[in-house]
Parts: sequence; structure tokens; C-alpha cells
Amino acid sequence: MTGILTIPTVTRRAWKVWHRNLLVFVRTWQVNFFPPFVEAFLYLTAIGLGIGTYVGAIDGIPYVNFIAPAILAIAVMNSAFFECTYGSYVRMYYQKSFDAMIATPLSIEDVIAGELLWGATRSVMYVAIMLPVLAAFGVISLPASLIAIPLAFLGGMMFAGIAMCFTAITPGIDTLNYPAFLFITPMTLFSGTFFPLTLLPAALQYFAIIVLPLTHLVAATRMCTLPAFSHSILLSLAWMLMVTMISCIIAINLMKRRLIV
Amino acid sequence: MSPVIEAIGLKKNYGTMTAVNGIGFAVREGEIFGFLGPNGAGKTTTMKMITCISPRSAGTLTVLGMDPEQDPAAIKARVGVVPQETNLDPDFTCRDNLLTYARYFDIEKNEAARRADDLLAFVQLQDKRDAPVDKLSGGMKRRLILARALVNNPKILILDEPTIGLDPHARHLIWERLKALKAQGTTVVLTTHYMDEAARLCDRLVIMDYGRILVEGAPAALVQEYIGEEVIEVEKTDAVISCLKEMAVPFDDLGDTVEITHTGGQDIGRMLYDRCRPRKIITRLATLEDVFLKLAGRELREGA
Repeated sequence: MTGILTIPTVTRRAWKVWHRNLLVFVRTWQVNFFPPFVEAFLYLTAIGLGIGTYVGAIDGIPYVNFIAPAILAIAVMNSAFFECTYGSYVRMYYQKSFDAMIATPLSIEDVIAGELLWGATRSVMYVAIMLPVLAAFGVISLPASLIAIPLAFLGGMMFAGIAMCFTAITPGIDTLNYPAFLFITPMTLFSGTFFPLTLLPAALQYFAIIVLPLTHLVAATRMCTLPAFSHSILLSLAWMLMVTMISCIIAINLMKRRLIV
Repeated sequence: MSPVIEAIGLKKNYGTMTAVNGIGFAVREGEIFGFLGPNGAGKTTTMKMITCISPRSAGTLTVLGMDPEQDPAAIKARVGVVPQETNLDPDFTCRDNLLTYARYFDIEKNEAARRADDLLAFVQLQDKRDAPVDKLSGGMKRRLILARALVNNPKILILDEPTIGLDPHARHLIWERLKALKAQGTTVVLTTHYMDEAARLCDRLVIMDYGRILVEGAPAALVQEYIGEEVIEVEKTDAVISCLKEMAVPFDDLGDTVEITHTGGQDIGRMLYDRCRPRKIITRLATLEDVFLKLAGRELREGA
């Protein structure tokens, strides 16, 4: 029995799983490309113009410009997280796709790695579609904001890994609602997204910085879109890199434990 | 010639439950080899170990000369698998299912397209090439899974209950295709709990029960050895019982009928008919089912 932190052997065949998901995505591209456009637009109008009118500016930054990177970061989180929870669970449990794949030279490690890469790719696509909309509204600055795209890959891998850990231990598809409501929803609100972390009580601030992955993604993305870089971006990047590696490794080992008996 | 699959003392435990309890068998190249037995006998678990899906708990296992735990990718590249459960990709058409699967085997694009078309014709689904998988009937799905298992030109084809739940036409088509594959030199290994399927297809088979192999051999030889030529079924009455005891013929009591197995069955049947005039008497050919029931007993299984 391998330990939970054993580094798994993943081969280049993982990209074949990624490719399979890409083909399905491209086939239904109308359904997939529309939401990012609409979402960016809705957020900007409702929160930016609506609430923004009252808020005005935060620390001298126009409110819409303040939330624009949060919209991107939340999109990164949601696309990877939901792809690797509900999406992966459906492919694993209902479609038995993983069983079919591991009857070929693909290993379970390859399959899960492919799913994680795909989750991160969804995040990158989402951000790549949203960026032009945000740029057109003039709420992010170019070219620094383009860094949000590779950042979306890192953040996507991170949330894909975390999501896959839940998928590996969930008894059924309904219980995936727990991480969605108890983890994703609170994080959407309390990670320095729509108001600065400094408004929270000190204890909660520390909690958000130490525990909540979205905090770091929002902070790093915001530094790119304003742009206003500081050394703390290195800390956020290091935090995300570490959590990404650990969560992806644990996810693969847990999945192996679930599927190889 | 060394066997293409060989197991010695092969064992599989799930926690405290023993699914496969030290079995040994050898599959020869080019034959159709069957694993026959009731649900829960350990057939599927054995297939999962052969196809490198499930690691064994003890014993040795070689597939094409390789160890499933050492070289799973190399073994899987040369083995085709038809699982018990339908796991076609519902997001693709029939043809795209084959093309996607071919990609997992590193088969080049044009070659994959050629094989996909050939295989769709082989399983008589060429008319459905662009149909989505969920529009297929159960029999068509099984045929498409068979085609998918052949996409890598496997040396060994492994089928877990290939005709479960199929109507007679669909079953016969699958059987006929398997025989065609054997004629092309493919080694075929299958599990089934249909005795007639095993008798019809297999060159050799093992009968499994409770994780063990009860017996191994060619279907006809097994029937001959354990049962004989024929089985006589007679309605059970006191007169029939006393007749049989008088003639010193051994019999099995099945509740409302008695069964007599015999090599020269017709004479016994005639004698029985003349002497005790039973209301119902049937003489039929002995089958693998008789072998199985004799070896495994007739009591209903837990969970059956």
C-alpha cells in the first residue's frame, strides 16, 4: 500500500485524457464559451456599477478595478473545482470512463493527472475569455494583466487538486455539495474578493491568509491587473505552489486507493 | 509452447474476504478458454488481475511472459478487454469511441481511422458509425465494446460475461465473431455463467466456485467424465423410487423429480418405463450444467 504522500509516477499519456476532455469541450463550444462572457459582464454591471456607485474607491482604487481581479480568481476557482468534482465524478462513477481508460496502457495515475490538467485548462480558458471583456471595460491594465493567464493555470491546478481529493473520498455525488457550500462559497466572500481583508477581525485575516487558497490567488491576480506588484506576490506564489503539489499528490494517491482494489 | 497466461497459487483477498483462493491455470495460445461458475465465484476478480486492474494478493501470474505488476502498460497494450459493465464514452459517436480509444494505445491517426471502419464492419455496426452511443440497443453496445477491445489488434482478448442480458440473435452474433477471431489466431479468454455458452465456445474451461477451481478440461470430456452420455429425469413417486432401488440404480433426489445419470442411458430409461410406468420420463443429453451441479451442489447461494 502506498502512502498518501508517495510521489506518483505519471507519464506523458496523461495528455491523452486531457485531449479526450478537450475534444468533448470543443464539440460543445457554444455552451462553454458563452458563460465567461456573460459572467464577466454581469459581475461588472451589478457589483461594479451598482455597488460601486456607493463605494466609490477602496484605498484609492476604483471599486470596479478592485473587484475585477477577484472576478477572474473566482472564475479560476470555480471552473477547476467544479470540473474536478462533479465533472470528474460523473466520468468516474456514472460513465465508468476511468475503468475504460485503465484497460489501455494508461495508468490510473495518468488518468487522474490528465483530469487535473484539464481542470486547470478550463480555468485558463475561462480567464482568457474574460480578460478581453474586462479590458474593454477598462477595469484592468494591459499588458501586466496577461500574467493572469499563467497564474490561472497555477490556481487551476491548485483547485483541481483540492477538488479531486474531495471526489476521491465522497460517498456519492450529493455529498459533493458539502465542499461546494462549506468551502467554496465562504471562500468566495472572505478571501479579499469584494472587500479588503483588512476589514476583517485580525483572527479571520490570519485564517484567510493561512488557510484559504483563494486569498493568495486573488492577491496575486490583483497585483497583476492593477498593476501594483509587491514582494508579497512571491509569498502567495510559493504558498500556492506548495498547496498545488501536495493536493495533486494526495488526490492521485486517494484516487488510486479508491479505484485500485 | 509456453502458455500465454499462467497462474500458480493465485490469490486475491478483499479485506478479510477471499475472492480468489489459490487457483492455477494455463491458457494456451490460440484457444478459447473459459471461466465458468456462478456469480461471486471469483471469475471477474481473476479477469481483473489478468488485465492489470487489480493487484494480486499472493501467487504468481504471467501474461504474455510478463508480470502484471511489473509491466502493466506493456501487457495492456497487447490485451483487449470487454468488461462486464458497459463503459462506452457517452460523449462520442460509435466511430469516435473507437478513435478515442485508439489514441490511448498510441495508434497513429490514419491507421486508427482505418481500423475503426474495419471493426465497425466486423461487428456489423457500419450503419451506426455516426450515431451517439446512447442511441444504441444493448446488443449493439456490447458489439461496439467488442470492436473497441479489438482496436489494438490484441494477442489476447478477455471478455467478462460477454453476452449477459442479450437476446438470442445478439448472443449468436457475438459467438460467431469470437469464433472468427479464434480462426484469426487470437487467444480468447472469457467468463460466463451460461453453461451453454461455455460448452459451445470453449476449447477448454475451468469451473470455479467460492474462489476455487473445481475442475478443468474440455467441455465434452468433462461431461463424459463426470456425468456420462445422458440424464434421465423421472417424476418422483414411491413406485419409481422402489423400482430404482430394486434395479440398484443410483439416483439424485431433486424434490419432485429424480435424476439418473448413465452412460448407456436409454436402456435404463426403457427398463424404468417398462417396470414402473412413470407418468413423466425424459431422457436428455448430459450437459455442463449437470457437471456443475454435481460438483458444486444444488443449494441456492447466498445473494443468488
